[in-house]
Amino acid sequence: MEVKIQQPVEQQVSDTILAEPTKKEKIKKIKKTIISQKYLQTMALLGVVWMFIFNYIPMYGLIIAFKEYSIIKTISEAPWVGLMQFKEFIQDENFWIVLKNTLGISLIKLLIGFPLPIIFALLLNELTSMKLKKAVQTISYLPHFISWVVLGGILTTWLADIGVINDILLGLGLISERTNFLAEPDNFWAIVILSDIWKELGWSAIIYLAAIAGVSPELYESSTIDGANRFQKMWHVTLPSIRPTITILFILAVSGVLNSNFDQILILRNSLNESASNVIDIYVYQMGLQNARYSYATAVGLLKAIIAFILLLSANKITKKLNGTSLF
Amino acid sequence: MLFICAITVYPIWYVLVNSLNDGVDAMRGGIYWWPREFTLENYKAVFETPGIVTSFGVTIAKTVIGTITHVFFTAMVAYAISRRDLYGRNFYMLVGVITMFFSGGLIPYFLLIRDLGLFDNFLVYIIPTMFNFFHLIIFVSFFRELPTSLEEAAKIDGANDFEIFIKVIIPLSMPVIATIALFQGVYQWNDYFAGVIFVNNPDLQPIQTYLYKVVAESSSNQMMTNAAGSIATKTVTSQSIKLATMVVTTLPIMLVYPFLQKYFVKGMLIGSVKG
Repeated sequence: MEVKIQQPVEQQVSDTILAEPTKKEKIKKIKKTIISQKYLQTMALLGVVWMFIFNYIPMYGLIIAFKEYSIIKTISEAPWVGLMQFKEFIQDENFWIVLKNTLGISLIKLLIGFPLPIIFALLLNELTSMKLKKAVQTISYLPHFISWVVLGGILTTWLADIGVINDILLGLGLISERTNFLAEPDNFWAIVILSDIWKELGWSAIIYLAAIAGVSPELYESSTIDGANRFQKMWHVTLPSIRPTITILFILAVSGVLNSNFDQILILRNSLNESASNVIDIYVYQMGLQNARYSYATAVGLLKAIIAFILLLSANKITKKLNGTSLF
Repeated sequence: MLFICAITVYPIWYVLVNSLNDGVDAMRGGIYWWPREFTLENYKAVFETPGIVTSFGVTIAKTVIGTITHVFFTAMVAYAISRRDLYGRNFYMLVGVITMFFSGGLIPYFLLIRDLGLFDNFLVYIIPTMFNFFHLIIFVSFFRELPTSLEEAAKIDGANDFEIFIKVIIPLSMPVIATIALFQGVYQWNDYFAGVIFVNNPDLQPIQTYLYKVVAESSSNQMMTNAAGSIATKTVTSQSIKLATMVVTTLPIMLVYPFLQKYFVKGMLIGSVKG
């Protein structure tokens, strides 16, 4: 009995393998798979539809950067103006201010803000008391959960002329007169960078701690036998082991370098510190949403995206050459 | 280390202490460690301001509904994509990966939201945040680790893929669901920008947007007039109300944070870039 049932099945299988599948058969087969996966396909396609609407339609909307769009017309009806919007931005008196602030804040943030979480994670790893380690960790990522609005409130209170920072500096005799720090453009970059580090230091360190936890203990044991001290172990074992993680996060940080933390700057800026606080994102917001110059603001935003993408590609290429790790 | 902890915690403590102090007295400054004239008047004033209570309701609603829909929808798409036999998988992944590097930017996005009729609509907090490709990747790598035998067993019992997702996958995925729910919950609770650009109606304004307006207004007032000590008649000042609002806004997150901590550390491990 068994043999009789098996035979035809085997024959069928070998037939389909032997026969060259024509296009029609292929399509039929694909149709069959898709129908058998109708639930899965629906689930996946819902996500694709969402991405089409909320990610791809705005990408299409970028073409208004090359048009003169107004609310009365649809995007396709608006007349083409070529690169006019871009030219206008480059000739605008704000161009250099905005560019200087965006690049300045971002590069300093990258320079100081990128290595600090790594150092913090390395130091944290050296703590031998598990209880203390956990407590330090818990406290260090607490600020990540506080919104920029609340932090902005704290900062404006502290940095005001009657605020805590003035009290401390006066008490130490470092300043002779109370000043409102947020009213002075000279201080703005420092405030933005320091407060951002304060908020995200512990949170950014988590990923490095995870990488450190993955380092094989044998490496430490053998380095102990070789007579390495704690610092040498950190330098010769831990750091090289987490280098791939550092590289990838560095590439990501470089590509996001022009995103100068919109939420934060929007709340800390005011009319008095404008010459230091006006970054591309803020400029786009002001021009586009407050002055309704949609095409102009889109062009400015697109220019930023292009620069960011070039930065991403170059960082990827450089790290690939230097140590063989890259994102793509 | 202890120094880092001290500077991390102190600003939060300062706000708490000052919000519990009498407003006029606090104007004199010098309250650093402990309230000088303890009072709950500031908090009473906060909850008596009608706008704040509505904003609170909006924030709670958007956080709860937004987080649930986000986790469910993203996990559902992720489950389908995590299945290796899904026809067209690579194409779907490509569609998603592109969105991680390119976007339309603020203005085209704003125009889209307006054209979809989401402006001044509660759904603007929910639908555009329903899905996140980065979270999808975390879900996918977690689903991959699950044993396939359970799915096969459910299939033999006659369950379709959607039922498998609901009845088998979700109950098995609580750690990753908790992580993503935490990420999204914090995002929903703290986001003020959607309320600033997509909503004009004050009844639809979340608490963070309300606070943003208070902070932005009061800081510019301080700049221009240096209003220190000008309000001396009441015991509650605009400054003390601001501080109390800040505490009330942050408290819910601070309260759930210790309970969820063990999940997000694990979740960061799942989602981390391991090189």
